[in-house]
This record gives sequence, structure tokens and C-alpha cells, in this order.
Amino acid sequence: MKYLILLYASKPELPEPGTAEFGQMMTEWAVAKQAMSDAGVLIECSPLQPPSASTTVRVRGGETLVTDGPAAEIKEVFGGLTLIECDGLDDALKWAATLPTARDGKVEVRPLIQTGGPA
Amino acid sequence: MAVAVAARLSGDLDAAEDAAQEACALALEKWPADGMPANPGAWLAGVARHKALDRVRRESARPGKEAAAARELAAGGYRGVAAPGCAAEARPPDGDADELGLIFMCCHPALDQAARVALTMRSVCGIATADIAAAFLVPEPTMAQRIVRAKRKIIAAGIRMTVPAPGDLPGRLAAVLRVIYLVFNAGYLASSGPALVRRELCEQAVSLARAVTALLPGEPEAAGLLALLLLTDARREARIGEAGDLVLLADQDRSLWDRAAISEGELLLEWALRAGCPGPYQVHAAIAACHSCAASAGETDWRQIAALYGELLRYEPTAVTEANRAVAVAMADGPEAGLRLLASLRTDPRLTRWPQFHIARAELLTRAGRRAEAAEAYDAALKLAMPAPERAHVKRRRGAL
Repeated sequence: MKYLILLYASKPELPEPGTAEFGQMMTEWAVAKQAMSDAGVLIECSPLQPPSASTTVRVRGGETLVTDGPAAEIKEVFGGLTLIECDGLDDALKWAATLPTARDGKVEVRPLIQTGGPA
Repeated sequence: MAVAVAARLSGDLDAAEDAAQEACALALEKWPADGMPANPGAWLAGVARHKALDRVRRESARPGKEAAAARELAAGGYRGVAAPGCAAEARPPDGDADELGLIFMCCHPALDQAARVALTMRSVCGIATADIAAAFLVPEPTMAQRIVRAKRKIIAAGIRMTVPAPGDLPGRLAAVLRVIYLVFNAGYLASSGPALVRRELCEQAVSLARAVTALLPGEPEAAGLLALLLLTDARREARIGEAGDLVLLADQDRSLWDRAAISEGELLLEWALRAGCPGPYQVHAAIAACHSCAASAGETDWRQIAALYGELLRYEPTAVTEANRAVAVAMADGPEAGLRLLASLRTDPRLTRWPQFHIARAELLTRAGRRAEAAEAYDAALKLAMPAPERAHVKRRRGAL
């Protein structure tokens, strides 16, 4: 099954590149990604630009409405995503717990609806 | 358990419940004519398994699933080793791992706590939705909705019917034991519903605890929970008087206690404690054992019980535990000592919403000869919701002042 892990950071801004904090974050992510990759479950893992770079699109009555900002205002910052494919929820939860964001923010595990052939 | 075996094979709870129902229907048809099989549980599980297998074969558009089902059938099952003192109950041999997997699935922490209890009662114990709704005082459609939602999440989220890996077991087992404990309490403390259903809930909880203990013999907390349920359930007949009124522990006719259940519970507890890995259920069971081994209420070792509640505070640091400890201290050292401990808890709103807190205070105040305050405490209890037999009891005590 495929699971999307949504990464909700506690802070809106990433650490400044070049700082020790930034280096540590990069190392932690490299370790987490390598482990998922070695286990053959990793499909995609990317940080997102901040919500301020977000644009929301709606089409109503054939008219496209474009607004600045994210679709929903939430306290946490939806800051990245990880897509994995593994056997079931227990495995997915185990991988979710290895992600650095789980330690200071939180991560949400959402299964993808399976389309097409056998999973 | 027929549902577990069938669910394992078809990977679908609804289909499994259907298969189990078909098996029961067949049993109703066959048993009167052919006689009851030696092991009815195994017979039902076997029939349900075949029905489920048929279904899997019919839906063989999913070849991977069928192959997995066939592999599981071929591999046979995990065999649990019964814990010492645990009655050897005939279980279908390859039902064990299935049953345990089903329990862990229904009690998965990714499900809402209330849904775990409801789903376990429905899918593991086979209790009718209407009866589950009655036990938790919610309308039947609400309960049906809760169960359906939980099943949908299991399928959509990919919650598997497996026993967790050893590393995940402690946390997952705690969730399972909690559900079993809640099922038992729903039966034991039921405030409404027919008496028969309440008894069924207690028996189902005991049977679940027995299965988990037998399948995970290295887990003293599972044995501790089974011991607690057996020791508590042993007092069931003595707890309700002839008029359906509640009889307090101190006033119970101890000859009505189920001695076989008590000795089994005590043996299990002893065995669990020897593992040297204590936990809340073992402590609760030890408290229950202090009551069961006292020949009369007057011979109860309250000092030991007070110490055990002190120990319990390490696991359950709640006001309810504090209040129970205060009552035990009062029994050992006199009502004023207990009242002093209770006084420090009187501002805790979680406790003052709990009728037992006021009842305990009222009893201690009565014993201390402080009648006016005792009457006030009884009145505070009567303002809160409680089961009818308990309410009648409190009114009687209030009247006797």
C-alpha cells in the first residue's frame, strides 16, 4: 500500500543554510531517507516552500479563481511530504516515527486510494 | 473463534461475520439431527473457514490474496502454551494466531478508543450491536455507525490482522488489555440492559483474557488481568441481593463466592508476580486477592491494601486511586486518618463528579460519628448519575443515619 506522510512543522521557517542547526537537520533527514531507501519503501521525500509561496486555485462556474496563500489556515505549517509504499499501517507508522518532523512537529499518515491492478 | 479464522482468510471482517453466521445457521440445522460435535468451537471455526475460503476462491480476481490464504492454511497455526493455572480449554488448533491477530487488529491504537471496544465486542466476541449499544447507553444506530466507521478505517488504512512484532508488543498489548478490561467493566458495572447480556460481557472478557494469556505466556500483565477479572467475577453472585439491590463487599455472603475462580485467579497472580515484572493489572489483582483470601470482612488486611494502592499510584496517579487508598487507610487506621487524606482531594473536579467519592466520604463520616456532614455527602452523591441498585443503596444508607 502507498502512504503519504504529511509533515507538519512546528516552525514556519527552516534553519538558515550554513548554520549548525541546518547541518544537523540535513544529516537527520539524510539518515531517515537512506533507511527508507535501503528498505525499498521510499518513493518521494521532499520539503515544500513555505505557505507564503502557496497559491490556491478554484474553478467555479467555469471561472478560475486564484488566491494567494494556502487552502486552509492551520496553526502548524504543512512543510513537506514523504511518499512510501509498504505492507500495511503498522509499517507506515514505524517509518513515520523515524522522520525528524515527528520529533518536533507532527506527521500525518494518509493511505492513498489504490487504483488499477493489485497493490 | 469462527469469526477470527474466517476474517484471516478473506481479509474482510464483514465477509467473515457472514461466513460465521452461515456456519451458525448450518449448526442449527445439523446439530439437532447429528448431535453436538465434541468441540463445537472448532466445528464452527472449521465451517466458517471453508465458507470464507469458498468466498476467496469465488473472488479469485485477486490471485495474491488466494495464494496467501492457501499458504496460511498449509502452514497451520501458532500453538499457544497455557499459562500455569490456566484451565486447559479446547481451542481450534489453527484458530489461535487468527484469533490473536483479530484481537490486535480490533484494538489497534490507530482506532478511536471507544471504537476499539465496540469493534472487539462485535467482531471478536460476536455480541449483537443492539446489546453493545445498550451496554454503553448509546442509541443503536450510533453504535452501528461507530463500528462501521472503524471497519472502514481498518480497510482504508491497511491495518493488518497480525500479532505485532516483539518490539511493538508491550504498547500494543497494553491497548488490548485495556479493551478487555473495559468490556468486562461494561458487563460488571452495567447501569442498564438485561442481566443476561451483562453476564455475557463478563464471560466474554474473561474468555478473551484467557486466550491472550494462553497465547502470550511470557506476558505477566496479561495473566495479571485474567487474575483480576477472575477474582472480581468470582464475587458476581454475591454482589446483587435477592431484590436486585447492590450488596457491598463487607456485607456479601462469602459462601456465594466462586471458589474455583478465586483459586485459579490466585494461582495466576502468583505465577505472574514471580516473573518480577509488575504492572497495574497485577497490582489491581493483588488488591482483589486481599479481599478474596479474607475469611470475613473483618479479617481483611487493609494495611496491605493501602500499601498496594500506594504502589498503584506509580502506574495510575489519579484522584480515584488516591481516594481508594484513603478508604483503605481509614479501614486500617480509623476513619479520621482516611478523612484527612480525602480532604486534600475535595477540590479535584474529576473526583467530585464521581459518586463513589462522596459515598466513601459519607461512610467514613458516619463511622466517625459526624452525621450531619455524612448526610451532606450522601446528598452530593445522589445528585450524580449512578446505576439504580447503587442509588437505592445510597438512599437506604442516608435514611439509616
